[in-house]
Amino acid sequence: MAKQRIVSTSINGNPVEFLAAPRQTLLEVLRDNLDLIGTKEGCSNGNCGACTVIFNGRPVDSCLVLAVEAEGGELETIEGVALTDGLHVIQDAFLGQAALQCGICTPGFIMSTKALLEENASPSEDEIRFHLAGNLCRCTGYDKIVRAVQQAAEGVTN
Amino acid sequence: MATVEDRQFRVEPFPGGTPGNQRLVEEGRLPDYDVVGTRPIRHDGTDKVTGRARYGADIKLSGLLQGYVLRSPHAHARIVSIDTSRAAEVPGVHAVCTNADMPSADHRAGDLGEGMVDWYHLNQNVLANDKVLYTGHAVAAVAADSVHIAEEAARLIEVEYEVLPPVLDVREARGADAPVLNDDVRTDRQPAGETGDTPTNVAKHFHYEKGDVDAGFAAAELVIEREFTTETVHQGYIEPHTATAFWSPDGKITVWTSTQGSFMIRMQVAELLDVAISKVKVVPMEIGGGFGGKIAVYLQPVAAVLSRLSGRPVKLNMDRSNVFDATGPTPGSYMKVKIGVDAEGKITAGEAELLFEAGAFPGSPINPGCMCVFACYDVPNGRIDGYDICVNKPRSNAYRAPGSTHVALATETIVDEICEAQGICPVEFRLKNAVKEGDERVDGVTYPPVGMWETIKAVELSDHWQSPLEGPNRGRGIASGFWFNFGGNSVVAATVNEDGTVSLIEGSTDIGGTRASVAMQLAEILGIAAEDVTPTVVDTDSIGHTDVTGGSRTCHATGLAAIKAAEDIQAQLRQRAAMLWDVESEQVEYGDGATLTGPEGKTISFQEISGKLTQTGGPVVGRGSVNADKHGGAFGTHIADVEVDPDTGKVQVLRYTVVQDVGTAIHPSYVEGQMQGGAAQGIGWALNEEYHYGDDGRLHNASFLDYRIPTCYDLPDIETIIVEVPNPGHPFGVRGVGEVPIVPPPAAMANAIFRATGVRMRSLPMSPPKMLHELLASDG
Amino acid sequence: MPRVHIPAPARDLTGGEVELEVEATSVRRLIGALDERFPGFADRVLEDGELKPGLRVAVDGHVRAMGLLAQLEPDSQVHFLLAIGGG
Ligand code: FES
Ligand code: FES
Repeated sequence: MAKQRIVSTSINGNPVEFLAAPRQTLLEVLRDNLDLIGTKEGCSNGNCGACTVIFNGRPVDSCLVLAVEAEGGELETIEGVALTDGLHVIQDAFLGQAALQCGICTPGFIMSTKALLEENASPSEDEIRFHLAGNLCRCTGYDKIVRAVQQAAEGVTN
Repeated sequence: MATVEDRQFRVEPFPGGTPGNQRLVEEGRLPDYDVVGTRPIRHDGTDKVTGRARYGADIKLSGLLQGYVLRSPHAHARIVSIDTSRAAEVPGVHAVCTNADMPSADHRAGDLGEGMVDWYHLNQNVLANDKVLYTGHAVAAVAADSVHIAEEAARLIEVEYEVLPPVLDVREARGADAPVLNDDVRTDRQPAGETGDTPTNVAKHFHYEKGDVDAGFAAAELVIEREFTTETVHQGYIEPHTATAFWSPDGKITVWTSTQGSFMIRMQVAELLDVAISKVKVVPMEIGGGFGGKIAVYLQPVAAVLSRLSGRPVKLNMDRSNVFDATGPTPGSYMKVKIGVDAEGKITAGEAELLFEAGAFPGSPINPGCMCVFACYDVPNGRIDGYDICVNKPRSNAYRAPGSTHVALATETIVDEICEAQGICPVEFRLKNAVKEGDERVDGVTYPPVGMWETIKAVELSDHWQSPLEGPNRGRGIASGFWFNFGGNSVVAATVNEDGTVSLIEGSTDIGGTRASVAMQLAEILGIAAEDVTPTVVDTDSIGHTDVTGGSRTCHATGLAAIKAAEDIQAQLRQRAAMLWDVESEQVEYGDGATLTGPEGKTISFQEISGKLTQTGGPVVGRGSVNADKHGGAFGTHIADVEVDPDTGKVQVLRYTVVQDVGTAIHPSYVEGQMQGGAAQGIGWALNEEYHYGDDGRLHNASFLDYRIPTCYDLPDIETIIVEVPNPGHPFGVRGVGEVPIVPPPAAMANAIFRATGVRMRSLPMSPPKMLHELLASDG
Repeated sequence: MPRVHIPAPARDLTGGEVELEVEATSVRRLIGALDERFPGFADRVLEDGELKPGLRVAVDGHVRAMGLLAQLEPDSQVHFLLAIGGG
């Protein structure tokens, strides 16, 4: 097996070092090595968004990022979204709007939404739908997800 | 007696929803509940928005090995030999298995409650040893220290194949010179017919007949007969299949998996591995979607065998291409349907010939297809023939209202043509022909109270139907659909806690909010808040046999079990109160507001008495166990507005409304979610989704990039109108909701496309290339 | 008397009769009575004394969980259907 490398990153605000083989994806390392299983795998080739994390402020499919590329970067995963004293407004909005059924897509949607609202605090419905088009949900038909993002945007701006 | 036509209805917002979430209300009849019909936050919600919920692939165990399954590159071949010796020598490999490591199976039918399985065929589907029947068919598996080692080792397994010609089309596969996939298959004539005696791909022939069909057509003023085709599609759940198993030295097998039915997995694992069901414990993990595709076993028995061989727990995960290649799908079909109507637009006769792909082994949903094809209408004379035909594609599985979506495309498109030809409004035609209580289906079954007519009424009264659609290349279509729903076995146990809350345990895996809807029914009976019930889904050793979460049965049947458990608690609490007050329990009533009342104005609240259980005889546990058989069938009618781009053939959905009779909506948000999600799947099926096979039988689009399911950018808001015609077989009137909404969309879209373009699409998917081809042909 | 709907593929045995009245108090007895009148009927619906795998009995429009043991009322309507798998 090819030689493993030490990778230094920050994950959810904490410095983290991990060992990674060159061919391991960030998704694999998050889930298997670091036990951050909230990031989900739906396709492992960049087509479903279930594995979305925020990497240096931008949403990325972690199945398309090699773990070694995370060197020196800042990562945010679903585990870092809730506040110590409660849920984030986006999480509250997803619950309040019943924006999940099976919930496997939910961490990815929440990370994409967080990235969107950090960039554009009051997106139009069209902008929401465009921005989230890389995240697949097979259960909801997206209607309630869009409502949740709208509710969250109101919460973020107020 | 007032007829249904005299009753007064209105459409209004459903409380607590957004403006697009509405309901049909009948004047003077509003349901009156405290918990039912409200929208509490689901109990498992926080875990699911924080990433803490554990799905199938999230299980970690000490000593866990990872596995890899070697799959067939051929669509049809005989396995001459399998040599695993080189794989077994790879460092880090702990076990290699083939079908030879499983007990041999014989041809016996197994009853999975809602469907049948032939154990020999299932054994061959899990790991083939005789023939491979589709690309991706599993032939061997490896367990190793890492999935990468397992994969490398699996590539060293040498399988010698004798390649055979594949057959992919149902019409070809039933021909006399088609290659026969399974030499043990004979045509079984159903129901209650005889079985043929020559090997064939036609596994079943269903035949239903009612009235005098020829006379019915002779009496018709207009008869329309059309042919339709649909392609193979996949359920498309986002979570791939996964299974982890540990075969303990004491002979006990534990399986952690994501499934719609842990008891069905237990039965299949036990049967295929020839152990008693009590030796198998299935621990249901959270499940990332199923839609009918996560009932049959694939990986579970293989992981168990690898565990037995290695002495370690073994995890097997599919990747997305495995999911498309080897699981699901729902069949492609060929259908010929004929309907006759008299001068007044009343149906006089219907006839249907339906050919469904079974895939590699018998078992397509052809029977429900036959029973649904004319289910929405009062058809006095009918003849239906349906065929289940093996082809070299994965063994087909249930997909939301299995079979009904196919046949609705045919019937509802012809109905629209009839309306066009006779100048009748499609709403009026459906109001006139809709089935009502007492009407008999072609299969002979008579309807109990049903809400088909009411869904049409709601369409007529809706803002959507009443708003004109203007502009070029735009059109509006409607279509209806039916599903039976189901009852079945469910068990609930509910323990009263000292603080006045209830812990509820159940065996129904929760795919879309059923923890909440089951807990709410218990709360309604007890008069407590939904939040005061804590529902937990437990493993097969911890609760009684519970059938699958599927068939739209969970809210109905597990809900019934919860109601029984609540009533059991009430009865026990009345005894406890009687003991406290030194009266007879018959003198105690469990009344509104969760209060027990006795003689001389004595009262005690549920909360208070919960704190006095130890001193009155110990904890109180309510039990509810049902084999429910009073489920109510349900209907939906959808309205679609589309715009067709004349240059590209792309169809854009502009506005979409789902109307459905759900009996009673327990948690309206999750009812709306089912209606919206089902419609979205139906729209995907209508416009884009299909398996692309090469002539060699290889699947060319086994990824989400090439098998495109709808994204949120492809869809508009999906409006909902909940219709509540109570099911007399449930105390609150629940019918079930999950399946009906996938049925009408392809037909509603086809009808809308016709109004937009003048072109009738009779082949799914109505994708841009096909659409453009038809548009150009119609111009010429 | 309970009435039984004869499935189309079994009407070769009943000379084309679609619906029959049969004196019986349970589904099992009904099948026995039908088999006496139309020899071979029981073989079409039973295997080793049980309903054939997948075959279900509906009484008054509802598939009965009790199968052969389901009781019949004088006005019951009986159907033979195949199990329907949901999604
Ligand atoms: S798992 Fe990364 S995009 Fe699907
Ligand atoms: S909630 Fe199931 S995939 Fe989105």
